[in-house]
Amino acid sequence: MTNLMFSRRNVLALTGAGALASLPLPSFALSSGQAENLVHSAVADINSVIQSGASVGSMINSFKGIFERYSDTAYVAAYALGNDGRSASNAQKAAFSDAFGGYLAEKYGRRFNEFAGGEIQVRGSRSVNSYIEVQTVAVLRNQSPFQVDFHVSDRPGRPVFFNLIVEGINMLLSERAEIGAMLDARGGNLDALIRDLA
Amino acid sequence: MLSTSASELPLPCIDLHKFRAVCAVLAIGVLSACAVQEPETAFNDPFEESNRSVHAFNKGLDRAFLRPAGQVVTSIPEEFTLPVANFADNVGLPGMVANGLLQADIGGAATNTFRFIINTTVGIGGLFDPAGVIGLAEESTDFGETLFVWGVPEGAYVELPFFGPSTQRDMVGIIVDQLFDPLGDVGTQVQVDYGTSARIIDRAITRGTYSDTFDGILYESADSYAQARLAYLQNRRFELGEDAPAADAIDPFSDELSLEGF
Repeated sequence: MTNLMFSRRNVLALTGAGALASLPLPSFALSSGQAENLVHSAVADINSVIQSGASVGSMINSFKGIFERYSDTAYVAAYALGNDGRSASNAQKAAFSDAFGGYLAEKYGRRFNEFAGGEIQVRGSRSVNSYIEVQTVAVLRNQSPFQVDFHVSDRPGRPVFFNLIVEGINMLLSERAEIGAMLDARGGNLDALIRDLA
Repeated sequence: MLSTSASELPLPCIDLHKFRAVCAVLAIGVLSACAVQEPETAFNDPFEESNRSVHAFNKGLDRAFLRPAGQVVTSIPEEFTLPVANFADNVGLPGMVANGLLQADIGGAATNTFRFIINTTVGIGGLFDPAGVIGLAEESTDFGETLFVWGVPEGAYVELPFFGPSTQRDMVGIIVDQLFDPLGDVGTQVQVDYGTSARIIDRAITRGTYSDTFDGILYESADSYAQARLAYLQNRRFELGEDAPAADAIDPFSDELSLEGF
């Protein structure tokens, strides 16, 4: 693989070009255009919340709504809980899913200041196994541009995000590790974790 | 004997070049001791126990020095900090040129050479970045990447005191980069004298600029060691253009995970 010798910037440019070359996509229910539109409209919704000038608490509530509208909440919650979810009751799973959405909105929503005035540039997309990866570059104030890949599937019957890769760092893997550590810290007590997340 | 005069120090007797070569050979020897990955664990981290002690030490350093320093430097207007950051980036370029050549990355080595020449001259010793303005962006690299290009395996995860998260391969890279920095041969006296200080200040600037990210991992997570390890390994593999391990692949249609109830 000669690609391995290229710098990150070159790889970025190449993956963008590769995405264009791989069009049209094979017969696949979810189109690249739909996946990219999902990114555009989620970014627009997040921007309108940031620009609303509402209180932080109210913004975080809005972010949770956006998360529920645009992402595969069931899958994300199930993945984060991983094997620890196997012995959970359905009531616990539903409560965890809801609390986890609130935790994510709080965790990432609190940092909205970093995103104010920033921009997400869609560079292209490609199909990977069962989903579409939309490649973007985040250009934020006072920071070097960085790559953010949105993973989009139509598992619930509509296009939804189920993962986010920021400069190679996989959000689902990070959250699974974090939730696992939080559970360990509570002696594996899922109800205590749900209480603390909520 | 308490007093030591310079003439009594054994250092002048050692041929510096020989010393550096021996160090490099020793460092590469460390690689051959790379631990084999245990298949049942997600990470190749046989030194986890000692790594966690180092992590606690690094976290203490961060809390006491780096984090506060980051807050101070980012409160200073950019007109003062940007030249320091530029200077620090510039003194790193000769090493990147050498690594580019070792990787047969002629384009990257050429870009970094022109950057170094332009910024050292037109950019007043590297305080300014006119090369960046004309589109010559730094092609970041290091000896850890050279080893990767040469096919050396990543080795075990290690957290190094002061340097933070690393791997056995990157640890050797850091040692070799320090020992063989060609800056002394091609840099100006000012660059040689102030290069290290500028790079330390640059670390504080980076710490301050990305304080939310650093704080999130170090102080707001349930297991900062595990989060730092995950973030470092994934980001480093991404930088190198290395594929993520197959175990990291996530397929929402896979039936490995039951979604019932969620």
